[in-house]
Amino acid sequence: MNPRPLLQAENVHFSYSGQPLLQGIDLDLFPGDLVGMIGPNGSGKTTLIKLLSGILRPQRGQVWLGGQLLRAQTRRQIAQRIAVVPQELVVPFSFTAREIVEMGRTPHVRPWHGETPADREVVEQTLAATHTDILAERPFNELSGGEQQRVVIAMALAQQPEVLLLDEPTVHLDINHQIEILELLAQLNRERGLTVLATMHDLNLASLYFNRLTMLNQGRIVAEGTPEEVLQEERLREVFQAAVRIQPHPTRQRPQVMVLPIVG
Amino acid sequence: MIHKRPARSVAILALLAALIGAILIAVSLGTVTMPLRNVAGILWSRLANPAALARWPETDVAIIWQLRLPRVLTAALVGAALSAAGVVFQGLLRNPMADPYIIGTSGGAALGATLALLLPAGWVWLGFTPVPVFAFVGAISAVLFVYNIARVGPKTPITTLLLSGFAFSSLASAAMSFLMTVSGNTMRRIVLWMMGGISATGWQPLAVVTPLVVLGIILAYVLSTELNAFLLGEEQAAHLGVHVERRKIGLLALGALLTGAAVSVSGLVGFVGLVVPHLSRLIFGPDHHTLLPAATLSGGIFLVLADLLARILIAPSEIPVGVVTALLGAPFLIYLLRRSKKEYTF
Repeated sequence: MNPRPLLQAENVHFSYSGQPLLQGIDLDLFPGDLVGMIGPNGSGKTTLIKLLSGILRPQRGQVWLGGQLLRAQTRRQIAQRIAVVPQELVVPFSFTAREIVEMGRTPHVRPWHGETPADREVVEQTLAATHTDILAERPFNELSGGEQQRVVIAMALAQQPEVLLLDEPTVHLDINHQIEILELLAQLNRERGLTVLATMHDLNLASLYFNRLTMLNQGRIVAEGTPEEVLQEERLREVFQAAVRIQPHPTRQRPQVMVLPIVG
Repeated sequence: MIHKRPARSVAILALLAALIGAILIAVSLGTVTMPLRNVAGILWSRLANPAALARWPETDVAIIWQLRLPRVLTAALVGAALSAAGVVFQGLLRNPMADPYIIGTSGGAALGATLALLLPAGWVWLGFTPVPVFAFVGAISAVLFVYNIARVGPKTPITTLLLSGFAFSSLASAAMSFLMTVSGNTMRRIVLWMMGGISATGWQPLAVVTPLVVLGIILAYVLSTELNAFLLGEEQAAHLGVHVERRKIGLLALGALLTGAAVSVSGLVGFVGLVVPHLSRLIFGPDHHTLLPAATLSGGIFLVLADLLARILIAPSEIPVGVVTALLGAPFLIYLLRRSKKEYTF
């Protein structure tokens, strides 16, 4: 069995004011994939998310969605298949959590028709599935970081996408909320077959929760595969310039990165 | 804290009733005060039962139908248009402080009007003197001008848009000061126009402007879903399927259309587009499906009452309605800002 990739970057190059940010990226995302993207700051992770979602266009190379060129599709068509959870969502007015989730229906609502009972049904189901129903009537801006992140994921799910792209979904969160978010993503992937690509800062959490890792460094993919294949001492030393040792997780078959401090 | 907001249909019906009530009261009050019953009777006869019109004194019919009703309806229309324009600009720019004034629309309109006042008299088009026509053209050109300066490549960052709006307003006001200085005896007319006053009487200007305003409001309402998405930032709006650049041009043009149409019959009336959307948002919440119709109707009510005050406070003289809205609006805005710091986190 060799399914067609759902989202595919093909020799993608992108530079910003003459500064090359991504050079020759090839990335295949198959239906049902759960991929973590790791790499140092400035390695191009966020830029790649923007290219994969069509916010930026590659200067060379192509991005394909469902076998069609991404740039040949309208924003609305793309938004019906790809949802993006940004690193931070700043909401200037006092929307309730429910109203934020309702915005996820934007690509499905037709201008002259308004929202239908089916739209409201999707919103209710999404609120329940993400356990944000208890937050629904509270103002988004008064929620904690973890609660906000769950609401934003709920909004993305209300788009009923095939692919969910997340930019550092657990950054700035306490460890319990980080776990909550990653468990939710794993559950959505397992139960709905949702294809997930998330950039991750924390290598150990990335190793625990993602089946496949992609490592970026200086605008190139330097490793791809299972966490065991990608997280190797020599490579991490080179890419992150940090002395580390890899050890197995005490209860899971996943590698964990141990930092070796220089002092002490 | 859980926000309890009025249901959409209840809110809109209540505001519609309040607007009709405000219009009837405003028509009944003036130098000659008429009982509401007579006002309702005359309007009913005029609209539905012309045969019964003879029952009312001819002068009363003339005052109500020829003088007061067009003026009050103009006030309602201008208030609704400015308020809807404020909602559109604030949503688009994600900034509760954005209004036609900040985008430079008012500056463009005022400059256009000033130029028109310097033209030789006697120039008339569709029943308009050149002032409203030039104001309208000025508003539209100001928006296009500011938008194009603010553009960086294919994008229009909000910061450059606000800054270029500010720069354009400063330029327009300097040009106006210069023109006023050299204009000699037309200066007083320019000053009066700039203070705002719903001096347009009769039905003809109303007949030209009403379709524009109604069209603008309907289009803005249709775009409510996308205006909501804009509040999450342009990038997230794009992720939600909004064609950001195309919509932005459309919404800017829509805001200019509404402002230009309003300014063309009323002169410069400030604070409506700022205060009414603010207050409506605090009561009805930021969802544009409710906010847009609610703020539109509230804007109509607000300006009908402000214009009523402008007419009766020092009758038989009149205060320009722009002075009344500023006197009511500015303190209220300061109050809102101090009270609602938490509501608008940036």
